[in-house]
Amino acid sequence: MIEAILLTIITAATPLVIAAMGELVTERAGVLNLGVEGMMIIGAVCAFAGSYLTGVPLFGVLAGILGGALFSLLFGFLTLTLVTNQVATGLALTLLGLGLSGQLGESFVGIPGVKLAPIVFPVLSEIPFVGPLLFRQDITFYLSIALVIGVNWFLFRSRTGLKLRAIGDNHGSAHALGISVIRTRYLAVMFGGACAGLAGAQLSLVYTPQWVENMSAGRGWIALALVVFASWRPWRVLAGGYIFGAVGILQLHAQAFGIGVPSQFLSMLPYAVTIVVLIIISHNRRTTLINTPACLGKPFVPDR
Amino acid sequence: MKKLIIALAATAAALGSVVSGAQAQEKTKVCFVYVGTKTDGGWTQAHDLGRQELQKALGDKIETPYLESVPEGPDAERAIERMARSGCALIFSTSFGFMDATVKVAQKFPNVKFEHATGYKAAPNLATYNSRFYEGRYILGQIAAKMSKKGEAGYIASFPIPEVVMGINAFELGAKSINPNFKLKVVWANTWFDPGKEADAAKALIDQGVDILTQHTDTTAPMQVAAERGIYAFGQASDMIAAGPKTQLTAIVDTWGAYYIKRTKALLDGTWKSEQIWDGLKDGILTMAPYTNMPDDVKAMAEETEAKIKSGELHPFTGPINKQDGTPWLKAGEKADDGTLLGMNFYVEGVDDKLPQ
Amino acid sequence: MRIELQRRPASSGLFSLVSPLLALALTLIFGAIMFQMLGKDPGHALYSFFVEPLLEVWSLHELAIKAGPLILIAVGLSVCYRSNNWNIGAEGQFTIGAITGSILPILVPQWHSVMVLPLMLLMGAAGGALFAAIPALLKTRFNTNEILVSLMLVYIAQLFLDWLVRGPWRDPKGFNFPQSISFAPEAVLPPLLDSGRAHASILFALLAAVLVWFMMRFMLKGFEVTVLGRSERAGRFAGFSARRMVWFSMMLSGAFAGLAGISEVSGSIGHLQPSISPGYGFTAIIVAFLGRLNPVGAIASGFVLALTYLGGEAAQLSIGVSDKVTRVFQGLLLFFVLSCDTLILYRVRIIFGSGRAREAKS
Repeated sequence: MIEAILLTIITAATPLVIAAMGELVTERAGVLNLGVEGMMIIGAVCAFAGSYLTGVPLFGVLAGILGGALFSLLFGFLTLTLVTNQVATGLALTLLGLGLSGQLGESFVGIPGVKLAPIVFPVLSEIPFVGPLLFRQDITFYLSIALVIGVNWFLFRSRTGLKLRAIGDNHGSAHALGISVIRTRYLAVMFGGACAGLAGAQLSLVYTPQWVENMSAGRGWIALALVVFASWRPWRVLAGGYIFGAVGILQLHAQAFGIGVPSQFLSMLPYAVTIVVLIIISHNRRTTLINTPACLGKPFVPDR
Repeated sequence: MKKLIIALAATAAALGSVVSGAQAQEKTKVCFVYVGTKTDGGWTQAHDLGRQELQKALGDKIETPYLESVPEGPDAERAIERMARSGCALIFSTSFGFMDATVKVAQKFPNVKFEHATGYKAAPNLATYNSRFYEGRYILGQIAAKMSKKGEAGYIASFPIPEVVMGINAFELGAKSINPNFKLKVVWANTWFDPGKEADAAKALIDQGVDILTQHTDTTAPMQVAAERGIYAFGQASDMIAAGPKTQLTAIVDTWGAYYIKRTKALLDGTWKSEQIWDGLKDGILTMAPYTNMPDDVKAMAEETEAKIKSGELHPFTGPINKQDGTPWLKAGEKADDGTLLGMNFYVEGVDDKLPQ
Repeated sequence: MRIELQRRPASSGLFSLVSPLLALALTLIFGAIMFQMLGKDPGHALYSFFVEPLLEVWSLHELAIKAGPLILIAVGLSVCYRSNNWNIGAEGQFTIGAITGSILPILVPQWHSVMVLPLMLLMGAAGGALFAAIPALLKTRFNTNEILVSLMLVYIAQLFLDWLVRGPWRDPKGFNFPQSISFAPEAVLPPLLDSGRAHASILFALLAAVLVWFMMRFMLKGFEVTVLGRSERAGRFAGFSARRMVWFSMMLSGAFAGLAGISEVSGSIGHLQPSISPGYGFTAIIVAFLGRLNPVGAIASGFVLALTYLGGEAAQLSIGVSDKVTRVFQGLLLFFVLSCDTLILYRVRIIFGSGRAREAKS
């Protein structure tokens, strides 16, 4: 049963981790995109459409990634080229995404989707307990792990990652050093969009293989919160996503088990636990400050 | 032609001329207020299908405008008032949360007729209507008891309101009529509509050992999970067979259309009056989806129970019934009255959950 | 082709006025194209959106009801955001304000007095402020990020309300439906005029906007908000405490949100129920920014946003534009307004051909 519960937790945590990893990179570049929920739902509808129309679920994944990335471009154009306010633009993007996805997906409602098939690693998947958990999953799970490792390497080990962080910390100096602030930020925004789209694809192809309006149901907001929770560090996103997912699943088990606490209080648990853990990990002001991109949300216009 | 007139009138008005309130009105307007989107796959969709049926049946005499995604609160009052002002003759407000808003607007517009679903406040121009979903759930319970090997079913519930509690009890009573030791595990998802959470709840119940699932939430996600895990499940609000061709045993299908046609006809021929209507299987306000994926004897039993309920021979809440803690509720042969059912806030014996009080 | 911005020496007064009009014009053009593509009559649709809700008195009342909480919350948030504190949990403070404000009419319904209503409003505001004090406390004491804490608290507040109205505060005569008892007449904010439902909430909003505008413009506190918001270090040199500012701005915005919550419940709904807000706390964030974080601007943007909600309904009813299209349209409107505001601070140049050579020089 533990194995089954862990499998459920993995499914619940994966979209959160993926979307949060994308947003983490965007924010490390100094851009605050509050439109994750909107990009996620666009990704979900594109992924379902892609999978349904081509009959190949993998194309659905690609369509989700592409849809999210293209949609984020709209945000990029407004906030980077026209330097509009990032908070407001992100919220408007969410509004637009929810409406647009509903409109696009109208004809897909009620059609049962095809679940993304797992990729089974030979030999490894036969290991008891660990095998089914880690080596018999669908591609989105592997991608989520790859993203954490890859982003961590990229941000802290690669030159480009260093530049990206420099832009997020001080875009003025980065610009003076000849780093292309706007271009890097465009790419970072699109990476965030692509990840949110992938997370959406996980929702409509793996978590619940179907399309219904508003199916992201607030998960984009949780992903945003996870980035802050993680104080902009990839491994903490992974941990946070799994803590949040686990508490949410375990409270359902607690209910099925029949403990006599009102279900509303159990439903509060994931949020409360997140706050408590945040208190514990952020007592050290300095480490928190070091990791916070100093230029987050601030507009940048190169002087000419 | 009418379209053209409206278009011309509107364009003219947009250009700044006087508003034309008289939009060449010859058809009666029967209006609908929805709490969700009409493609939510559950509650609202069922109402909208009813509206479409009505439109098809009486389309030459009526039109059926509607408002989607109306939040329960002050927005509802405004939405309903807008309808009353726009010339709607009959307004169906299709969510419990619209109750007080409907009451207030009904007071302001005594000449407009209102019908509120699942509430309990009525007025001379405000009727209430509801469906005896529990009749269907009793049948589900019986089927579950026959089909479950472990004698334990899982129930994904939305919110602890009487309607849902009544459904849980009816299911358990049906199951116990077949297997007196039948157990029912309940998980409250605290949402009507969140496919992910509903799927999580389904998985949690299955992992805790139930081998049959039923739901009182709106999406087909639990059905999909049941299909994946190879257990049986029941559909809710609409026929969910597409989500689980080998999984769905049957579904309680809300078929509001029959009711909407009946009431609109009454309006048109002038016989509409405010009533508190609680229709059931026999009236066609809910129907059972085809009994599938089960042996013939189970199917025969289900059909027999359905027939008995329709004929009035069987009332699911007939004593002897004990409450969850074992204290007697109904004596042998005693039937629950509608008032108690509509306000139900206790479990019957056998439900393995503590009702949030 | 690319677009280049050049900062103006001072913000353009001309464009401060022209930009909203330009945005409106662009929205109308794009809206018309969109409705045409959907097969709806664009003239009728735009008319429903922007004109129809303004033509009738009752509808103006409804506009005030819808705009009231949006403006009130947005005014508080603009102070908060100006001081660089990121309260995005106004929805939760709204909910808690509604709950604490409802304590009197629900728990002591037999107390009939003219004092009930003022006390309710006070308790609502206090409840919202105290709930907003949680992220403030955690931020000043434990360095936690207020964005996360205030957002998480929204869900907690909503579930708490849900539990209350399904459990201890449920109307005993309400057939166990999730709803509190209806408030006694003393506990209901009366309508301002006989011609419609609008109640004092819109007055609170306007009053709050004017007071905050006065504070930001003429009082030392306003200066403190601005300085600390620009730079914490500069603020410290001026002798201002960033810590105290966290408390002040969070609790001020919380109090306004709480006041909006109890006003909404007392004036528009008349009882507590599981859902009391169609996302006012979140929409108000957009309102605050559309108003350029200026309390007076929040009044204008609050009314505009409220208008699109009412207009969306009118369009849905009269020509069957779905609520999804309404949301897309609102998104478009917001995008245009935000983009056009760029013109206030910047000159926009569209450069054709490759600008590489020029960039290399600069």
